[in-house]
Amino acid sequence: MSPLDFLFGTTWDPQIAIRADQVAAKGAFGAVPLFAGTFLIMLIAMSVAAPVGLFSAIYLSEYASGWTRAVVKPLLEVLAGVPTVVYGFFAALTVGPLFRGFFNAVGAELVGGPLDGLGLYLMQVQNQMALVAGAVMGIMLIPFVSSLSDDILNAVPQSLRDGSLAMGATRSETVKKVVLPAALPGIMGALLLAVSRAVGETMIVTMAAGLQAKTTLNPLDTVTTVTVQIVTLLTGDQEFDSPKTLSAFGLGLALFAITLALNVVALRIVQKYREQYD
Amino acid sequence: MNLNPHISVDVQHAVLPSRAVKVRARDVNVFYGDKQALFDVSLDMPERSVTALIGPSGCGKSTFLRCINRMNDTIAGARVEGSIELDGEDVNDRSLDPVLLRARVGMVFQKPNPFPKSIYENVAYGPRIHGLATSKSELDAVVEQSLKQAGLWNEVSDRLQQSGSSLSGGQQQRLVIARAIAVRPEVILMDEPCSALDPIATARVEELMDDLRQSFTIVIVTHSMAQAARVSQKTAFFHMGKLVEAGPTDEVFTNPRDTRTQDYITGRFG
Amino acid sequence: MTDAVLSPPAAGQADRNAAIAARLKRRRAQERRFRWYGRAAILVALSFLAILLGRIGLQGYSTFVDYRITVPVYVDPARVDRADITGANYDQLIAEAVLARLGERDDEFGRTSGKLRELLSNDLGFQVLDIVRADPAKIGQTVSVTGPVGADAGLYFKGQIDRAAPESDRKLDDQQLAWLDRLKADGLISSGFNTSFFTKSDSTEPEQAGVLGAVVGSFLMLIVTAGLAVPIGMLAAVYLEEFAPKNRWTDLIEVNINNLAAVPSIVYGLLGLAVFINWLAVPRSSPLVGGLVLALMSLPTVIIATRAALKAVPPSIREAALAVGASRTQTVFHHVLPLAMPGVMTGAILSLAHALGETAPLLMIGMVSFVPGVPGGFTESATVLPVQIFIWENASERAFHERTAAAILVLLVFMILMNLAAILLRRRFERRW
Ligand SMILES: Nc1ncnc2c1ncn2[C@@H]1O[C@H](COP(=O)(O)OP(=O)(O)OP(=O)(O)O)[C@@H](O)[C@H]1O
Ligand SMILES: [Mg+2]
Repeated sequence: MSPLDFLFGTTWDPQIAIRADQVAAKGAFGAVPLFAGTFLIMLIAMSVAAPVGLFSAIYLSEYASGWTRAVVKPLLEVLAGVPTVVYGFFAALTVGPLFRGFFNAVGAELVGGPLDGLGLYLMQVQNQMALVAGAVMGIMLIPFVSSLSDDILNAVPQSLRDGSLAMGATRSETVKKVVLPAALPGIMGALLLAVSRAVGETMIVTMAAGLQAKTTLNPLDTVTTVTVQIVTLLTGDQEFDSPKTLSAFGLGLALFAITLALNVVALRIVQKYREQYD
Repeated sequence: MNLNPHISVDVQHAVLPSRAVKVRARDVNVFYGDKQALFDVSLDMPERSVTALIGPSGCGKSTFLRCINRMNDTIAGARVEGSIELDGEDVNDRSLDPVLLRARVGMVFQKPNPFPKSIYENVAYGPRIHGLATSKSELDAVVEQSLKQAGLWNEVSDRLQQSGSSLSGGQQQRLVIARAIAVRPEVILMDEPCSALDPIATARVEELMDDLRQSFTIVIVTHSMAQAARVSQKTAFFHMGKLVEAGPTDEVFTNPRDTRTQDYITGRFG
Repeated sequence: MTDAVLSPPAAGQADRNAAIAARLKRRRAQERRFRWYGRAAILVALSFLAILLGRIGLQGYSTFVDYRITVPVYVDPARVDRADITGANYDQLIAEAVLARLGERDDEFGRTSGKLRELLSNDLGFQVLDIVRADPAKIGQTVSVTGPVGADAGLYFKGQIDRAAPESDRKLDDQQLAWLDRLKADGLISSGFNTSFFTKSDSTEPEQAGVLGAVVGSFLMLIVTAGLAVPIGMLAAVYLEEFAPKNRWTDLIEVNINNLAAVPSIVYGLLGLAVFINWLAVPRSSPLVGGLVLALMSLPTVIIATRAALKAVPPSIREAALAVGASRTQTVFHHVLPLAMPGVMTGAILSLAHALGETAPLLMIGMVSFVPGVPGGFTESATVLPVQIFIWENASERAFHERTAAAILVLLVFMILMNLAAILLRRRFERRW
């Protein structure tokens, strides 16, 4: 197995083939679908965490009274302290069945109508859709995004806000036109750190995402991720044969490289940003 | 003859016959939480002239200035009592939106605070948020005129798209002044506008003030006696939250009525 | 009155003010909307927290109550062979004793007693076996045993099996439910606080599974983690902050420590698998190897927290100590470090609390195995709380889900206690210079 096939192969099927006509006699280890799945779930997670976390941070730093901050910030820290295995449990046993029930019910309504095909599809949606793992991961990342962004917004000098308010801008205009543009690099850094967290997150996806390697952007599809595959390759009852172990370590190395690169870039940006207002 | 007990020292001596009153403060008391920062301040600020507020540090000059455009609203726990009228209209009236008030009363701060945007966008900021320019060319004209009036046009006309923070401190302060006058306010408040500038830049801003007072009413806080004497027509001396003395600048400097004023301007304390 | 005449606003200004005022309503609406977005975001975040914790509480609280049955069993000498005490089918004896009380007769295939056995835990059978083994004279007598009802029967008593549902959709049929009702009415069933959840370890039978083994495992593992990460992290931080020269290398190390703190935890698991298990041959699944991996993972955070605490000690203290002739080392270890200690401990406790909840790296080093007992030492196979949660969540029986949630509650209680300890420590020693 060459590293190139590994990194750019598009078929992932680590089971040893039972029939001769299956993909490869020794299983296929093309990691592209895993990265695609990781990417999809990360995208869903960020589309939950970025707006909610950012708006929370804006409200906390620009509007909230001292009292509100004193109550809300520790509560968000609780959300941040909940172990990921707990989020995984929540995703697998609460959110999964809930979403599935919802989509199945919507599907049942649509069947027979003009959207019959969509209805049939929705009726077959599984608990392990990307949306479930992504949404719960998004919840997990909310406090991460909000506390980082809060720090960054607080580093924007008050004199800029005063300048804008004294021009007759409303608070929201001040935030949108002065504070956010000033904080933009820092916030980008914070979001990158969150992306790195999402990419490396293991338990939620292991418990709530599927095992089917697919290259898709459909949030209702079942996808698998790099971390899920590392876990499945290295645990479970299968014999500990060498291509599996090797590819697990290969995936781990790739994961490490990606997250490290994200962190280096993100921390650089945040650092630069801080220096600008020191 | 003055029978009105509310009328203070200031009004009795406000002999500036040629100027109408633009901003009129009566019995202004300001509290930060339990702490009172201003005590019964009454002061008239004449139209199209420079009024200087002087006094030792912590005496409440900035606090008084911030009452005029209600910037104290943005400080948690700050409370303002008394009346401040702009053209006879109470600025603390609930029907007057502070947004509109601040469009009419601009402010320049101690440290230049250009927004992290281009020079052009800095000056266009006010007209944009208030919707004062209907077309790009109109906005261009406003920006150019404001920069010219602030005496900055010649230095920046060829680099309007550069960041405002790339300018020198003195240029930044003039940029901020251009930003303030771009919305054509009626009053401009300046809180120690030259304290972060070198003497040459200070001289430019002082010249600028002299020009600006042809069209605007200016209230300036300064720690420099010389500056107050040079730029202002009226001077008010604050001490420990109280207005001690106010009158035409010449009179206050040459013939102060109160010994505290005398001590302060001769440098005996402060 | 001698008031000076107020000037009228200039005509152009009046127009301009009108133009601004005309837009004000829209801008104010925008402002309100924006403020509501912020409020809504916080509301959403907090309601997620409430739903998450509320749901887990609701799923888990019923575990803390259990239903027990007390059965007098006649240990029939015809059925229990004195020579082969362990060979007897005690579960069947018990089931028949209960059937007799219910006035039912078994059919020739044992179907009725089979259905009844589904309602009882095999723990009862083991209890009778233990009694008989301890005292073979009990054979031929009637002994009374008390033990948990079966997992599904427990769910029924807790109201989690819907009687109205079609019989085929239920784990228990109508007859079994009727039996349970009668047993309860006859006073054979009692309920109370589920102590066995805290005194037993993992089991294949949900009604007998407890968290003791996992709690002990977590405790052993944290001892290893704390014993390694705290002293090493602290010394590394002291060196970097107080002694290391400021050059390219220390800068590089500094940047990388921050980066390491953000490396996914599963990568530490892979590292542990390769280094500790394959290379150093530390026993798999043991608290020792788990603790080693988590210590690696916690090191960067401990270092960062310690350096922050050291930075917070004002230089005047160092200068004062140096001025009275203390050496650099004495200054740091006698004066600076003691002052920084509360901050260091707070940071250490917080990172240990984080390690306590960590699961992913432990899956890599074989901690997912079924461990029925309490681990006796650092090198024995063990499981830990978060992994126990993961294992139970994977089980198919519904009764395990309840226990999963309960185990989460236990884990959260430990984490809350640790965080409280950190907060108290911070409050108690908070110092302002
Ligand atoms: N935001 C605030 N909260 C509480 N007290 C304040 C606040 N701002 C000012 N004060 C207090 O009000 C008093 C007047 O302050 P102010 O800033 O108006 O003084 P100043 O005359 O402008 O002084 P300086 O010349 O140093 O700028 C001071 O005692 C100050 O401590
Ligand atoms: Mg001041």
